[in-house]
Amino acid sequence: MSELLQFLLSGVTVGAVYALVALGFTIIYNASDVVNFAQGEFVMLGGMITAVAYTAGAPLPLAALAAVVVTAALGVAMNKLAIEPARGAPVVSLVIITIGVSIFIRGAAQLVFDKQIHSFPAFSGDDPIRILGATILPQSLWVIGGAVAVFIGLWLFFTRTLLGRAVLATSNNRLAAQLVGINTPFVMTLSFALSAGIGALAGVLVTPITLTSYDVGLAFALKGFAAAMLGGMGNPKGALVGGFLLGVLEGLTAGYISSQYKDAAAFIVILGVLFFLPQGLFGRKSTHRV
Amino acid sequence: MRLTTKSATLLALVILIALSPVFFPSGFYYRVGALIFVNALAVTGIVILTGWAGQISLGHAGFAGIGAYACALAPIHWGIHPALAVLLGAVVSAVLAWLVGRPILRLKGYYLAVASLGMGILISMVLNNERALTRGPDGIDVPELGLRGVLKTAGLDLSNGQFWYFFCGIVLILGTWLALNLRDSATGRALRALHGSEVAAKTVGMDVTKLKLQAFVISAVYASISGSLLALQNKFITPDVAGFMHSVEMVTMAVLGGVSSVAGAIFGAAVLTLLPQVLTVFAEYEQLVLGAIMVLVMIFLREGVVPSILRKFRGRDE
Repeated sequence: MSELLQFLLSGVTVGAVYALVALGFTIIYNASDVVNFAQGEFVMLGGMITAVAYTAGAPLPLAALAAVVVTAALGVAMNKLAIEPARGAPVVSLVIITIGVSIFIRGAAQLVFDKQIHSFPAFSGDDPIRILGATILPQSLWVIGGAVAVFIGLWLFFTRTLLGRAVLATSNNRLAAQLVGINTPFVMTLSFALSAGIGALAGVLVTPITLTSYDVGLAFALKGFAAAMLGGMGNPKGALVGGFLLGVLEGLTAGYISSQYKDAAAFIVILGVLFFLPQGLFGRKSTHRV
Repeated sequence: MRLTTKSATLLALVILIALSPVFFPSGFYYRVGALIFVNALAVTGIVILTGWAGQISLGHAGFAGIGAYACALAPIHWGIHPALAVLLGAVVSAVLAWLVGRPILRLKGYYLAVASLGMGILISMVLNNERALTRGPDGIDVPELGLRGVLKTAGLDLSNGQFWYFFCGIVLILGTWLALNLRDSATGRALRALHGSEVAAKTVGMDVTKLKLQAFVISAVYASISGSLLALQNKFITPDVAGFMHSVEMVTMAVLGGVSSVAGAIFGAAVLTLLPQVLTVFAEYEQLVLGAIMVLVMIFLREGVVPSILRKFRGRDE
């Protein structure tokens, strides 16, 4: 029983990270229909920049803040330099572009930082908390809390603020949004900044547990995807639930089947979703207007 | 008289493969040439899938890995001749592509990219972890194909480098010929129609899912055979052949040359295979350069280098 609880707790922790990545996907996907393969690189950047800044002597909160801000700025740059010039290109081209950006960021990170594994201390120490015979690290609570806080923040933003509603309007119908005076290019910029910032935050929160290096982004992208698809692409609630579900599934796979093959869980989820419920758990059936 | 694109491409390829060795300063270049042909074969598969069917695979190296390890494992563990192992790898890759592709290609959009990414990671994970079977990340020896010995007794004595250069060259010509035939067949025309507008293709009664699935399976076989040839000529293979970066290399080669042009595939493969040979520092910058190529070509030269150049020469009528 405590064994099961232990697997569940570690699953929920990584699940919270996947939820954050999936939320990042969702924001960009909703605003622009672009599936951003570089989302995982934002997580890597968050962790790496914090680690490097901390090692260079910056206090941890400042290093973390810098990482989120810098990554958000890079997200904006990605939109301006790579996505906007290709507006109107077919989906295939946009996918290739975001993959290209992802590989580019990896390559740049490898040069700017190095190929070593990096980390920094946990926010509230490393003494495990005992729950019913299982243990959880204080940092895990930070990760889970972070995911829930970001979700609530986004929910308030999208439902309670004018700007948030402008984003929603743009995702519903870009042209109509323009007609009622919404500055859609700004909405795009905002979406990329938000999405990159959330990705970086995920990296900052999880790095003390999982460590980071220049090539961790790909796995996060794949899992964030799996989570977003499980929940229903484009649905923030789905992204949150999908993330936690995928994390738990991965935790159980690692615990009961093989820790070497825990990454297979994401792939099985993707195939399973595509086989049995292409709309995901919370997605609506999409119709296509010709 | 004007040559069709098909005969022009094939003719140029045959001449290039036959005459290039005249200019080789040393035997080493046969090896580089063979590598280019192996890569070009895989990229031709990408052209069929991405250029014509409009789908992206980020796990095609997985199929190359299956082809490569089929040649390493089948002879050792089950006593199958390496030549048959190539076929076995191709069949396994085709079946896997069919199984993965069938549920996914029913849906529109980018799903194949995600699923194939997962599939590729999984295959490379298996190759790395199942040490009892694959010897893990250190790699494994691959038996000799034996054809060179046969040619020798028949009176044709080629060096190892020469043999693989011409052998891979001939396979590439065959692969190109098949791809170009496919392009002009009913299936090929349907595929391109589908790329133009999936909805329109569906409306005129095309089985869109089946067409996309065919393209995915065919391209998987190309990648698998390319992996087999790589393993056989190196006589050694590591799980890197199935790694994510190898998949990315394939896509970048196709994008650079022109993702819907077979000639472009060969050009892209040649450039990106030569680059690391010419620039030794390239390894350090590989990811940076590949990423930049993908983005820049897609923004400024959407058709790729070769079709853009051809267009300049021929005017706008093509």
